[in-house]
Amino acid sequence: MKLLKLIPDNTNIKFLRWRVPFYAVSLLLMAASLGLVFGKGLNFGVDFIGGQMVRMTFTESGEAPVAELREDIGALGYGEPIIQQFGSANEISIRMKLPEGADEQPALATVMGDRIVDTIQEKHPDARLDGNDTVSAKISQELAWDGGIALALAMLGISIYIWVRFEWQFGVGALFALAHDVTLTLGLFALTGMEFDLNIVAALLTLIGYSLNDNIIVYDRIRENLKKYRRMPLAELLDLSVNETLSRTVVTSTSLLITLLSLLVLGPNVIFGFATAITFGIFVGTYSSIFMSTPILIWLGVTSDSFVPAESRADAQDRKARET
Amino acid sequence: MLDFPLWRRVFLWTVTLFFALSAIPSLLSLSGVRLPEALPSPMVNLGLDLAGGSHILLEADPAQVAAQRMETMEETVRASLRNAEPRIRISDISTSGRRISFLLEDPGEIDRAREILMPSINGAGTTREWDLDVIDGSRFVLTQTNAGLNLAIDNAMQSATEVVRKRIDALGTREPTIIRQGDDRIVVQVPGLEDPQELKDLLGQTAELEFKLVDQTALASDIVQGIAPPGSEIVPYAAGSDFAGTSTAVRRLGGVRGDSLTNAQQSYDQQTNEPIVNITFDSQGGARFARLTSENVNKPFAIILDGEVLSAPNINEPIYGGTAQISGGFTVESANQLAIALRSGALPVDLTVVEERTVGPDLGRDSIEKGAIALMVGLAALMAFMIATYGRFGVYTCLALILNILMILGVMALFGPMAALTLPGIAGLVLTVGAAVDANVLINERIREERARGRRVVQAVESGYKEASRAIFDANITNTIAAVIMFLFGTGPIRGFAVVLMIGIVTSVFTAVTLTRMWVAGWLRRTRPTDIVL
Repeated sequence: MKLLKLIPDNTNIKFLRWRVPFYAVSLLLMAASLGLVFGKGLNFGVDFIGGQMVRMTFTESGEAPVAELREDIGALGYGEPIIQQFGSANEISIRMKLPEGADEQPALATVMGDRIVDTIQEKHPDARLDGNDTVSAKISQELAWDGGIALALAMLGISIYIWVRFEWQFGVGALFALAHDVTLTLGLFALTGMEFDLNIVAALLTLIGYSLNDNIIVYDRIRENLKKYRRMPLAELLDLSVNETLSRTVVTSTSLLITLLSLLVLGPNVIFGFATAITFGIFVGTYSSIFMSTPILIWLGVTSDSFVPAESRADAQDRKARET
Repeated sequence: MLDFPLWRRVFLWTVTLFFALSAIPSLLSLSGVRLPEALPSPMVNLGLDLAGGSHILLEADPAQVAAQRMETMEETVRASLRNAEPRIRISDISTSGRRISFLLEDPGEIDRAREILMPSINGAGTTREWDLDVIDGSRFVLTQTNAGLNLAIDNAMQSATEVVRKRIDALGTREPTIIRQGDDRIVVQVPGLEDPQELKDLLGQTAELEFKLVDQTALASDIVQGIAPPGSEIVPYAAGSDFAGTSTAVRRLGGVRGDSLTNAQQSYDQQTNEPIVNITFDSQGGARFARLTSENVNKPFAIILDGEVLSAPNINEPIYGGTAQISGGFTVESANQLAIALRSGALPVDLTVVEERTVGPDLGRDSIEKGAIALMVGLAALMAFMIATYGRFGVYTCLALILNILMILGVMALFGPMAALTLPGIAGLVLTVGAAVDANVLINERIREERARGRRVVQAVESGYKEASRAIFDANITNTIAAVIMFLFGTGPIRGFAVVLMIGIVTSVFTAVTLTRMWVAGWLRRTRPTDIVL
């Protein structure tokens, strides 16, 4: 039986030779993403800016009367609604900003929410309410704050773990790769204008975890090789480590992408954004573990002596074992 | 490393089957099959976003509790000093911020006044509730202490939670979850509730009922301008009542509060056939109500609900029976709601809805179906990929994958509501499937490498598992860190996602590393191959 090999045996790609151009491109992409995030801004959902999001299905018509709804809701005096179709043409989501004065009176948000749902259902008895989220200003600020803290803590916690398990250079490398992955994913959301809500924060946290997996596998191999080949030039050694783990990296990422694509295409519409974020993140994460987190070790001055203490301990144990 | 004695195999299979079989009832119910009652059937709980229902977050305003305490204290001071033998006269009583101050007319009574007020100042528990200062020899200043206020807020929230529970139970909804959150919030989750409007109306009512005398000395022109005579206050008529849009003046003190009711029922007025609410006081409240009505025959009194006058009927005769009738432009529904609210007691503090999330049941059903399909298709494609890449070892990976999914669902079913399946949780399940193969990929790639270096089959497999476990361990730790942080900071649906990830990390290491090693070891022992296809 002949088995499938995505990466042929003894592959030896000189990744490190191209580290400067790759870094230049990545840094540019990161800068562009940041520019988009701060310039164009993210399309925050009600979770983070407050307001209301209604999801409805018009069960007895093929298409939702979007223009009419826009007019009817606009007439309520709460401002213009953002109406989007998702899934099929008769499924819509309606988003409203918080009404004026809602900062002081949180109840205004729910009052608005109720009025909008009532207005639609009065005119369209077939409008099925699939979801109604109303979030006041105070809660949305808390959610945004918690989300930010969670992301920061996760990135920091994981980097510290790597620092403890490996060396500080590896911790910094991991943190940089994470920042790269998160920034580019945020950039994608700013670029496409996809809604950024709590689920996306969960997606970011997840991709942080998975992107790190790849890093760790490569780092683990670098550490092993640093002990094994004391005299090999660092760039060569890093290339060797990346190539040795390349097959695993590609097979695992392909596995993840297989299931994620199935989730994107066949899964519930409501989590499309969530699935997109993770899929994109896995892609970027695989890239960054090869092209970002490894070359940075050269610049951070990792040497074959970085793990000497660990090795001499091991040597001493070996000798002892031989003596007894 | 590859040595699996019988007891170990039995143990591993027992664990695997126990958790995997726990998933069966949930999977069967997905396709509509129900197991006989006699069999234990743990079910995966569905989160609100899949089962449909309402999540409502209520928040209280602590300042309101503080204001109420001020009012109660003022009344206590007046009443206890007035009722002292002999009476202690005070004047110039005023409140501002968190302080009440008043003047003793006879400075010689300081010690006696202090003694009388001591029980109220010290409060019932160990917490000192008020600070007392005497200035200029005869001015008493009472200041609320922080500890006292916090205690009061805590008490108010505790009884508010109880009242909310009673009201929701009165609606007859299924299995509501009502949890106090933080200092001043209550989370209410009602599965299966599609239209939370009724629930919100009910919780939005403080249902503080008061009977106060109408101040007939107030001039109509003053009332319009919002000016009340001393000792009175302006209260607006409720929307829907006979005089909606206007206000009236009522005496601030000396009324009866409707918090001592034994019953409240919706009924109809016998003359007008209008919906009304009949209330019954307990004996103490009845006595107070009897005194109020007997002392003020032929004067109007206002029935005030949550700071709005419902009606202001004349007291035609003293009411001794301890019952009263409340009218004021009710519909049958609103009268019924008021009756429920009154029966369950007034909320000690107003609650505002600060977050509401409602999911219709159809969306959840649709999500489960689509999630299941995505999982199946993803799984099938992944299994094909694994077998194509790793041959026999890929088959072991596939077996591990299937058991992994079953075990995750089984663990969730056993944990019940603590590990409810949510919409992001479904995504987590699909994702875990993709990630679980990583351990096998690492091991298999390592075995390949070791073989390429010329090791013999058994050694290659052995060191493949050994060398890969370090990386597998590290990788899973980072995922655990991310999942734990998500769990700590996340809300409902995201917690569901984190739960799936955390369970998935444990089960995937168990199935992908331990179980496959057992299978590979068994195969190696049985056939003793000299070469492996990998």
